[in-house]
Amino acid sequence: MTGLQGWLDQPGVTIVLVGALVGVAASLLGAFLVLRRESMLSDAISHSVLIGIVLAYLLTGALDSPLHVVGAALAGLLTVWLTDVLVRSRRVKSDAAIGLVFPALFAVAVLLINVYARDVHLDTDAVLLGEIGFAWLDVVRVGPLEVARSLLTMLVITLVNLAFVVFLYKELKLATFDAMLATALGFRPGLVGYALLALVSVTAVGAFDAVGAILFVAFVIVPPTAAYLVTDRLWRMLVLGCLVAVGSSVGGYALALSFDVSIGGAMASTTGVFLLLALIVGKHGIVARALRRRTPGPPPSILRERETGGAP
Amino acid sequence: MELLALFSDFTVRTVAIGAALVGAVAGVLGSFALLRQQILLGDTLSHAALPGICLGFLIAGSRRLEPILAGALVSGALAALLVLLLTRTTRIKTDAALGVSLSLFFAFGTVLLTYLQRHAGAAQAGLDAFLFGQAAALVPRDLVVLAVVGGASLLVVVLGWKELKVTTFDADFARSLGRPVVLIEFVLTVLIALAVVIGLQLVGVILMVALVIAPAAAARQWARRLEGMVVLAAVFGAASGVVGALVSASYRGLSTGPVIVLVASAFVVVSLLLAPERGVAWQLMHALAQRRSLRAHRVLVDLYRLAQDHDDLDYASEQGMLDAYFGGPTGHVLRRLERRGLVSRAQHMPEEGTHWILTGDGRRQARELLTPFGERDAAVDGATP
Repeated sequence: MTGLQGWLDQPGVTIVLVGALVGVAASLLGAFLVLRRESMLSDAISHSVLIGIVLAYLLTGALDSPLHVVGAALAGLLTVWLTDVLVRSRRVKSDAAIGLVFPALFAVAVLLINVYARDVHLDTDAVLLGEIGFAWLDVVRVGPLEVARSLLTMLVITLVNLAFVVFLYKELKLATFDAMLATALGFRPGLVGYALLALVSVTAVGAFDAVGAILFVAFVIVPPTAAYLVTDRLWRMLVLGCLVAVGSSVGGYALALSFDVSIGGAMASTTGVFLLLALIVGKHGIVARALRRRTPGPPPSILRERETGGAP
Repeated sequence: MELLALFSDFTVRTVAIGAALVGAVAGVLGSFALLRQQILLGDTLSHAALPGICLGFLIAGSRRLEPILAGALVSGALAALLVLLLTRTTRIKTDAALGVSLSLFFAFGTVLLTYLQRHAGAAQAGLDAFLFGQAAALVPRDLVVLAVVGGASLLVVVLGWKELKVTTFDADFARSLGRPVVLIEFVLTVLIALAVVIGLQLVGVILMVALVIAPAAAARQWARRLEGMVVLAAVFGAASGVVGALVSASYRGLSTGPVIVLVASAFVVVSLLLAPERGVAWQLMHALAQRRSLRAHRVLVDLYRLAQDHDDLDYASEQGMLDAYFGGPTGHVLRRLERRGLVSRAQHMPEEGTHWILTGDGRRQARELLTPFGERDAAVDGATP
């Protein structure tokens, strides 16, 4: 036990672990967002969870109450719902609806911070950049161990997301690739979609402490997109996305140390390196495509295409 | 806080002029982005401006506006190119490509920002004001830069008006006319980038997309033609900019960007509710008026039918019978018809209650209402007089 504690006491270990957990939790959900063509909703949600966090803070006066998670999940769902309402009113298109809703909520949140919470840790820089560098300072006791609070939070969130994906794998897959069939079979694809977005909101709160609200988007979208270029199987896409996220956390931390820059920013930037790699070596990458063009092979099997379903 | 007194202050006047300029230009250019459904591209471009801002600062070594805007434009263009590259050469869809581009450029921007803050003294230069905008940082010579950039992009819109319009609404038609559609679409994308870039100092990279879209979305509710929409969007944008900048300048500690965005969002909400024809309130009123006139028509026809059934044009129908015939209270409908001279009261005996008779006008209108519903009513009616 003392060995483990000694290990956990090193700031670097905690920081990399928190980063990796943020990445894994985000890219597990991100894979489905990318396949459902709802990637930009994660951008909207990552901005507007801030209002949930700020309101929870103003209500409780604490920065880490469970109410945060509830507030953020509600704020995320509020964003999605408002966007839905605007689109269904047929007065604006869906892209404009997203662009109208989240900036307004985000603006209210920033102004509330400006007015009521100027002197607390909740400043606007932290919103964007996160403070993963200080993650190891705030510890809680779990049994015989002292663990960083954000590490514990992210561990719980990651496990919840993992359970969601594992236990609802069939439903998620069906709702993502063929929502009509899912409805016909008696599933509720809309409900699955809302659950997915609620979990994205909750994960955004956890990530908010670590890498900041906006860098979280990189972890949601980039690892699954990189994996999407490499494989045709959903489960491989999920696993690869997680590996990319962990790799980005380790690599990003190393880069941040050597250049003395924002750790969250470096981790998020590193996901781009993996995307570049996927573009070069992936079987759906740019190089593979150029090669395929030169040597036409046999047409792809319809069966395989359907099973992995590029486009639903 | 007196807005008028504020306005005489030199700094505040600079801010107000700058904000009006930025809002107007964003409104005009945003109209095209809105109609072409490129709002999320605008979002990507504004986040992607961050590394360009940092590089512009790094190269120029000062917080002068020109290199920073140039840097923002260049990195925005690179981000747009990345989106194009990913969607055209791989199977990545547009939404994911936009998200990838946005988050990677922004991530790299935060890396550069922290690097500059820790190594090049950018903390003193207030570079992070570009995240949420800072009205107070605007100096008069910035106004010249904004006016030149904004004026140039408006000039492009005016000169290329016909081409931009046809490409926005029907690119295929424009192609069939032999217009250089690829070039025009490129120009439109550059204009969106310019709209974003011009407001970075005032509104900040994170919320600038809202100032591009909100005035245009509000104007769209009121206008039926592109000409009107663009002008109205410019007015809404300028008003949002001025009000937002003045409010944020008069309360210490309020970031400018969020205030401007909230004012612009208020314009959208009001327009969605009140705009004629498209507004929610307008449509409710319209539905109410429709229902009322339908009720009046039904009562008129009921009276007419009762008269027909009794072979008596001046047949006086009793109010209670009309209620039963109509299936609900008709008193208020009849009083409104009376005011319009379509029915008149007839009192037989005090204890019998009000009776109603169609006037000549009322009979004519009832006949007109029935004409489209077949020959029978009109024919019978034609026989009676």
